Amino acid sequence: MSWNLDNDRPIFLQIVEHLQNDIVSGTYQPGEKVPSVRELASQASVNPNTMQRALSELERTGLVHSERTSGRFITEDTSMIEGLKEELATEQIKAFIERMKQLGLSGAEIVKLVEKYTEKYTDK
Amino acid sequence: MSELLELHQLTKIYDPKDQPALSQIDLTLTGGHIIGLLGPNGSGKTTLIKIVCGLLQPTSGDVLIDGNKVGPKSKSIIAYLPDRTYLNDYMTIRESIEMFMDFYADFDPTRAYEMLANLGIRPDVRLKTLSKGNKEKVQLILVMSRRAKLYILDEPIAGVDPAARDYILRTIISNYDPEASILISTHLIADVEPVLDEVIFLKNGTINLHTSVDAIRETEGKSVDALFREVFRC
Repeated sequence: MSWNLDNDRPIFLQIVEHLQNDIVSGTYQPGEKVPSVRELASQASVNPNTMQRALSELERTGLVHSERTSGRFITEDTSMIEGLKEELATEQIKAFIERMKQLGLSGAEIVKLVEKYTEKYTDK
Repeated sequence: MSELLELHQLTKIYDPKDQPALSQIDLTLTGGHIIGLLGPNGSGKTTLIKIVCGLLQPTSGDVLIDGNKVGPKSKSIIAYLPDRTYLNDYMTIRESIEMFMDFYADFDPTRAYEMLANLGIRPDVRLKTLSKGNKEKVQLILVMSRRAKLYILDEPIAGVDPAARDYILRTIISNYDPEASILISTHLIADVEPVLDEVIFLKNGTINLHTSVDAIRETEGKSVDALFREVFRC
């Protein structure tokens, strides 16, 4: 299965986001080994150099670190992962609230609706 | 990184009355990249490829492949997929594989048989019994089973169904040597775009653009496919 990539944004950025998502959602556990560049590139159907660049970016932010001979590993710093999770969630909430405001809903109305539907949609 | 392909002021004139097919092309490609050679019909893609492969003589200019002029040495490190079939129709796939083993020291038959199996093509059938798409797949498999330094693929996936196209692209990504480069000429830009790192736009025999896919997406906010349609709008 190749990854879903948009047509109008840099591929490298979208790979970074995809991997961040896999890390905060626990698809990759803290301290887990990351598959090789080539393996990931093949999974995502993207150029290996682009994948390499994305992994280097994750390394730069500290989410992933490389050990000279044995490959790359997810950080064991769970507070860092939690921090990223909140950051990504905040972005989504911000976009969601923008949309709701466009529909003419007030802050209190948004909260009320979210509470009403949270249970219904989170079980699935 | 070493320079794998260097073109200096490369010019090809077929007929002095017409405009040149290629006009003073300067181009340098390094190892370890997948490059898309893109351009409308008649922009000079196949001419450029044929000169690099030694099938056409340039009118002027120089070509260096891994530091060598075009000749037996350069041909031994280039795996070339032409834009038309050249295999013998009466041969079976297995016989064609054996022929390639005789021709090329860097040919890896295990790789060829593995890819055939994955695409569900039996090696003991004659080429003439294959459909157009399957024939194309066999040719591409033969070319990609060499351990070459430079792969030059002229329209490799045009007649191939989308599922096999995905398989082929994945095979290209996971099989090529990290030091090798692949130059792909194609019109199916959207399909190959995520696999490329650089693109070259050829327009009327000159290089209109040579940059990375992500640089285009970053600065233009659109895909290479969309940019192509804009630049070459008819």
